Amino acid sequence: MSNTEPVVLGIESSCDETGVGIVRGNRLLANAVSSSMDEHVRFGGVIPEIAARAHLEAFVPTLQSALDTAELTLDDIDAIAVTSGPGLAGALMVGVSAAKALALATGKPLYGINHLVAHVGVGVLEGTVLPPTFGALLVSGGHTEILKVTSLTNDVQLLGSTIDDAAGEAYDKTARLLGLGYPGGPAIDKAAKDGDRKAFRFPRGLSLPKFVGSAENPGKHRNNFSFSGLKTAVARCVEHFEANGGEIPVADIAASFQEAVVDVITSKAVRAMQEQGLKTLLLGGGVAANTRLRELLAARCASAGIALVVPPFSLCTDNGGMVAALGAQLVADGVSPSGLEFATDSSQPVTNIVLNSRS
Amino acid sequence: MPNYLAIDTSANASVALVDNATGLVVDQRVSSKGNDQTETLSAYVKELLDAHGQKGQDLAGIIVGVGPGPFTGLRVGLVAARTFGFVWQVPVHGVMSLHALAEQVLDAGEAPAQFIVASDARRKEVYWARYDQDGAMVDGPHVSAASALPAFPVYGIGAGIYAEQLEEAGAKPMPESFEWIANAGYLVRRGISDLAAGKDLSDTSPQYLRESDAQVPAFMKQAK
Ligand SMILES: [Zn+2]
Repeated sequence: MSNTEPVVLGIESSCDETGVGIVRGNRLLANAVSSSMDEHVRFGGVIPEIAARAHLEAFVPTLQSALDTAELTLDDIDAIAVTSGPGLAGALMVGVSAAKALALATGKPLYGINHLVAHVGVGVLEGTVLPPTFGALLVSGGHTEILKVTSLTNDVQLLGSTIDDAAGEAYDKTARLLGLGYPGGPAIDKAAKDGDRKAFRFPRGLSLPKFVGSAENPGKHRNNFSFSGLKTAVARCVEHFEANGGEIPVADIAASFQEAVVDVITSKAVRAMQEQGLKTLLLGGGVAANTRLRELLAARCASAGIALVVPPFSLCTDNGGMVAALGAQLVADGVSPSGLEFATDSSQPVTNIVLNSRS
Repeated sequence: MPNYLAIDTSANASVALVDNATGLVVDQRVSSKGNDQTETLSAYVKELLDAHGQKGQDLAGIIVGVGPGPFTGLRVGLVAARTFGFVWQVPVHGVMSLHALAEQVLDAGEAPAQFIVASDARRKEVYWARYDQDGAMVDGPHVSAASALPAFPVYGIGAGIYAEQLEEAGAKPMPESFEWIANAGYLVRRGISDLAAGKDLSDTSPQYLRESDAQVPAFMKQAK
């Protein structure tokens, strides 16, 4: 196999998307995704058992679709990568079992890799050149993290994360409260366009001095997020209008909620970049599609002299291409494969980029 | 002579390589644990194929247990079997996992005129089915409390776990079977004989028998 241009097939099943992507080095050849999102709508959030059932049915057809799009056969693949965590345990196990069967049946090496780092790894695709060290902000239904990436293949550090709900979860729950449907991100983004983002001052979680501290003497939650208090505040606000028999100002609440989320995320991310001396920030995760998040983050990065990199939206949501992209980096760097006996790790830390083979 | 590869993960991970001509198990692997299907399954398959110089693409087919069984482990076996079939271009045949226990009853000799096999469905329930003395299923598969089973001899680990409740309900738990769980080596017997009888086993859909249990969450109920 060519060391710098390995053909890698990536498999993703950590949440509600079954993804199979194929890359050649830094070039994306296929990115087939089957989502069970429609089946979760009436529950207002992802139901793990429903997602896992859908992964089983979707896997082989999605694999076939990716191979067809790439116009490749399995013989052309040099290595296979699969998300081993973090994510929903039952969902992860479907993808990992499939990946192991695929690796064994084809005789190709298998890498069990970190989903969060794969969100960052997608940044190397499509001609984007990332500096040696950079930061990443991941915002989705499942995660809200600030990372420092010194090496995609062996040095990623968690600077901060949510201590309760992910930002996307907060969107989903708030959308339900406002009767806006699921998924909440796009629904709230749309409703907020007609609203006044200053109509209500909702709390910015973990922004008090006792949590934040100072650059020299950082508080415990300087770079962390919390969205549970915000969710409660929105619920109170809605109840207040209901109790008074008035019409609920949906657009204003949506806009004010969104501003609270986006304000705290962007300010903490940019401050973390400055304090770490990082000049480039990559935005990933499904909430990267949010217009207000992109707008405010772009503005704050610009005034702080930080270059903002946002991959195409289809690569920000969960997909197999990002897993393949990170896999190709690992192969090119000569990292050892993970073998066939590794376990899934539903809370795999970002410092664990690729699972070691059990020997 | 082509071999069958048999996989069942409705209980513990269980893999067998079986001679198609004789129906005899050439070699097999069974995990001692019920929660390590993802870690062990492909490694077991590799061991069996390597040890017997068997190439996947030369298999006569793959016979996979479709449950019922705890969902997460069950899916691990099904997605692997389907993927093996896809890569090796060999047929994948689905067999209901309780049939493996029925075959084990027949194998032990002198099966009662009617009997039940029961596996552990967790949540204080069993997966079960009723068979005649030739091993033909006459009722099932079902999931229910052991106390709801009709009064027949009951075999399998489900009988072991709920022996008292079964006795109280008038059924007859069979002590020699109290450790029996679905095994790929027994499963494959049923698969081969069903195929020989011309049955269509192409459906590998899991037998969940239970809904996903998804609840409309509290925060949605609050929303008006
Ligand atoms: Zn993700």
